[in-house]
Amino acid sequence: MSKSKVVSLHEAVSHIKDGDVIHFGGFYAIGTADDVIDEILRQGQKDLTVVNNDGNTPTVGVGRLIAAGRVKKFICSWCGLLPMIPEMVDKGELELELNPQGTLAERIRAAGFGLGGILTPTGVGTMVEQKWGQRVTLNGKDWLYHTPLRANVSVLEAYQADEAGNLIFHATQNNFNQVMAYAGDYVIASVIQPIVKKGELNPDYIQVQAPIVDALVQKEVK
Amino acid sequence: MALTAREIIPMRIAKEFKDGMLVNLGVGIPTLIPGYLPEGVEVWLESENGIIGFGAPAPAGTEDKLLVDASKKFTTIKPGGSIFDSATSFGIIRGGHLDYTILGALQVDQKGNLANWVVPGGKLAGMGGAMDLVSGAKHVIVATEHCSKDGKSKILKECTFPLTGLECVSMIVTELAVLRVTPEGLVLQETAPGVSVEDVVKNTEAELIIPDVVPTMPIL
Repeated sequence: MSKSKVVSLHEAVSHIKDGDVIHFGGFYAIGTADDVIDEILRQGQKDLTVVNNDGNTPTVGVGRLIAAGRVKKFICSWCGLLPMIPEMVDKGELELELNPQGTLAERIRAAGFGLGGILTPTGVGTMVEQKWGQRVTLNGKDWLYHTPLRANVSVLEAYQADEAGNLIFHATQNNFNQVMAYAGDYVIASVIQPIVKKGELNPDYIQVQAPIVDALVQKEVK
Repeated sequence: MALTAREIIPMRIAKEFKDGMLVNLGVGIPTLIPGYLPEGVEVWLESENGIIGFGAPAPAGTEDKLLVDASKKFTTIKPGGSIFDSATSFGIIRGGHLDYTILGALQVDQKGNLANWVVPGGKLAGMGGAMDLVSGAKHVIVATEHCSKDGKSKILKECTFPLTGLECVSMIVTELAVLRVTPEGLVLQETAPGVSVEDVVKNTEAELIIPDVVPTMPIL
């Protein structure tokens, strides 16, 4: 209970196994834990299914894992800054699953909050329905049903944390980080500001609660 | 000097906004609209990555490296603005809290179907937030040049490209005309200054309902 959750980057990332599904927060790599990506590249985990809004570029963000061939399936809403993806998909080196951004967020939320999936009006009558969704008609209205989207490991970036695991985000760093916190079996948060003692954060401002987080890594500010 | 599409379209759409509305502006022409809002009208700009009330781009040297808009540009927050997570952002978008979403088109048709995310056989990069925006906003306005670069009408009887949304568009504003999607069909509501009804018909593949009197856009 009183034990600090601060661990080394190496130890936190060693919980990621080959073939895992990983949630990575971040919108254009703002809010993506780049130190964790460095360490995955060092440790060598592969055949990963990566969930991230956009992947950013081949040199910054989750795109680095895709460029390095560590990802077998990428689930995102957009990947327009990763020009190698269409060729990788054509060659069978990568599976790509596109979700409307709100559908992606809500599938993750459903997984973290105990729901059996979502019904959304988004994407009815589009390629999303043809390839990835299932139309459900209820009371005369059409919806797409999507399953919850859970991960083995959620990788977050936070701005502030205490040793117990309470997290606070700053500005648009938050994006998918907050919702992904609840949808991973093991939750790693890479923290930008110096991690403080338990009790030093204002409870009113905490965005992810201590018991939800498993490991804290103190990010080296470059 | 004649006005260009990049002036006419945002000038006209600015007339739709009322003080205090919540709007999402797509890339390109829609981002020019705030420059044409009349005195006393201020709207809340929503950014899909979780901002209501973002402001001007951050001046060089003052950027907060964790504060970007939906185009990855460093931005600022206006007084009263707020920041939230992606699930809340899309809850606001999908939940009917957004008064307007304004976005471009590859094709739009007379039933209000919109195609703006991929061309057939093209690189599949994803829809991002566009499908949620068109399914959830109270009003969807398409801001587009009337014809594509090769001179083909973008306003069609029926879209042939993969759709972003089904029967979602309420209004189309181009450098030639304002078109309104109604249950009866596509109505030619206004023409741009110096543009005739015939000019619009000639450049439109869709069937148009043309009222006896078609006023000029109230932008001058």
